[in-house]
Amino acid sequence: MPSNKSVSDAPIVQFTNCRILRDHQLQREDLWVREGKILNPEKLFFDEKGSADVQLDCKDSIIAPGFIDVQINGGFGVDFSLATDDFRSGIDLVSQKILSHGVTSFCPTLVTSPPSVYHQVLPQISVRNGGAHGAGILGAHLEGPFISKEKKGAHPEHCLRTFEAGAFQDLLATYGSLDCVQIVTLAPEMRRSSEVIQELTKRGICVSLGHSVANLSQAEEAVQHGATFITHLFNAMLPFHHRDPGIVGLLTSDKIPAGRRVFYGMISDGIHTNPAALRIAHRAHPKGLVLVTDAIAGMGLAPGRHTLGQQVVEIDGLNTYIAGTKTLSGSVATMDTCVRHFQEATGCSVETALEAASLHPAQLLGIEHKKGTLNYDSDADFLMLNDNLYVQATYIAGEEVWRQDASGM
Amino acid sequence: MKLIILENYSQASEWAAKYIRNRIVQFGPGPGRFFTLGLPTGLPRDHPESYHSFMWNNFFKHIDISPENVHILDGNAPDLQAECDAFEEKIKAAGGIELFVGGIGPDGHIAFNEPGSSLVSRTRVKTLAMDTILANARFFDGDLSKVPTMALTVGVGTVMDAREVMILITGAHKAFALYKAIEDGVNHMWTVSAFQQHPNTVFVCDDDATLELKVKTVKYFKGLMLVHNKLVEPLYSMKEMGAERSQSKKPYSD
Repeated sequence: MPSNKSVSDAPIVQFTNCRILRDHQLQREDLWVREGKILNPEKLFFDEKGSADVQLDCKDSIIAPGFIDVQINGGFGVDFSLATDDFRSGIDLVSQKILSHGVTSFCPTLVTSPPSVYHQVLPQISVRNGGAHGAGILGAHLEGPFISKEKKGAHPEHCLRTFEAGAFQDLLATYGSLDCVQIVTLAPEMRRSSEVIQELTKRGICVSLGHSVANLSQAEEAVQHGATFITHLFNAMLPFHHRDPGIVGLLTSDKIPAGRRVFYGMISDGIHTNPAALRIAHRAHPKGLVLVTDAIAGMGLAPGRHTLGQQVVEIDGLNTYIAGTKTLSGSVATMDTCVRHFQEATGCSVETALEAASLHPAQLLGIEHKKGTLNYDSDADFLMLNDNLYVQATYIAGEEVWRQDASGM
Repeated sequence: MKLIILENYSQASEWAAKYIRNRIVQFGPGPGRFFTLGLPTGLPRDHPESYHSFMWNNFFKHIDISPENVHILDGNAPDLQAECDAFEEKIKAAGGIELFVGGIGPDGHIAFNEPGSSLVSRTRVKTLAMDTILANARFFDGDLSKVPTMALTVGVGTVMDAREVMILITGAHKAFALYKAIEDGVNHMWTVSAFQQHPNTVFVCDDDATLELKVKTVKYFKGLMLVHNKLVEPLYSMKEMGAERSQSKKPYSD
């Protein structure tokens, strides 16, 4: 076949014999990639009279957009809330290791910490593209310290703060810089939260409600001021009550501004949320569900003791508690495990399970024009999975960055 | 003509596909030796239901054809008549059409050669008949004002020049057109009837399309199916043909 002469000389790769997730369905179509982006083969054929340079047989795999984890505190011994000398290499290690879980983009998450930690760590986090070196970093997720004492969960009480004195300026002083921050979790019942939420939203930062005792109207007010996410639904918030549904009521609230959607994170590791509760949330508001791992440093390591910021955490199997207590603190689940568990627990379609980890987080962050889908011209970050949703290979910008080796390791 | 009658749409489609495949393989295409397949043309380029999209999704993306070997009439060309004339030249340059595959409209038209088209016409701009506009409305959300009223089309004469013509006709709504095409006379009101004067025509249809034909006609051709099926069984492949080239038999023809 003659080589393509076209808009660009870059090689064109055609992935064949696969089922791709497009338009919410698995379709038997080929996936075309050029220069790190998904290519439109019809335009290539008619406008450029081009054709593929390389054809790869995907052996009937499922091809889905790469997973996006918007809440991950660390892993493999690395804790993003610890200001160590080798912080940068720690983040590099995690970003490289999570490729095997199918994560192609993530938001390194910092739990409630003293200001010194934020001032030291945040400048070392930069938004960057993924590649063979690891998953892309979309920006930091700051979970705390502006959260409720009653719902602090695993967060250290002595580091909790309010912003009732100086509102946004207090927040800025605590964090030091918001340059690479993508998401901030706060408790909306705190005084002056509306101003803070508006300021953050104006700067393009996604505001999430969590670790809070807010009632539904406080939560709705926060959404009206710009909040769009709920941090790990059900956990660290008031339980659903039929006369005051609390934050959980946002899933079916009629006070959400037109054209806006409230998203909610779910840790579907089988521990943080009973499968029946997971099903209730999913059925109430399927399009808002975002799978997150909330993984901690112990993820990927043997059971034992690890840190989570200022706290010590004990891992026993899949359970992770603050040492000596029964307080859950993060998880050691991997993103692909969460996708599989979500699909089993809800009985939803493969397409729905995959979108909860790719399309929905991309929509939450307003980046679905380039991430989270396999639409033409979006970034070619994708996964090859088998029918049981085990990741076989991970691609970023069209390059293979991880492959399951034959021994199944 | 050969009239091939299959039970339903799927079977008719499959038979036609196998026949075309065998014809291509037996022709023995190679570098410099092109099998020229002719197909009727359609709607303007930019529309999502455009002919280009239709052909891409239903044909080109499933086969390994080189884009340079695809020639589609461009409805957006600045000089439409020049575009049509150039198309005729391209056909000549490719050595003529080996096999033309087309359908038939309920008004008996082939390509967009509406009733009243000259039976010796060439590729040109045609104004569409109301029947055709109505039939195409489904591609434009049922809004008649959006349906194009003109189309570029190969002429009846252009198709008559092909070495072989295959017409696919399925469904009861085409039955009367099929009757007019093969049991009545050659008439420019039913342009498909022109192929009665072509030496190599194959009509592939389903039972429903034969509803207006004489029982005698249908029985005669159904009786010939044993012989006609030899055209699709065995199914040849390019790899085998390399070895068998010396022993190839001439395909059956009436």
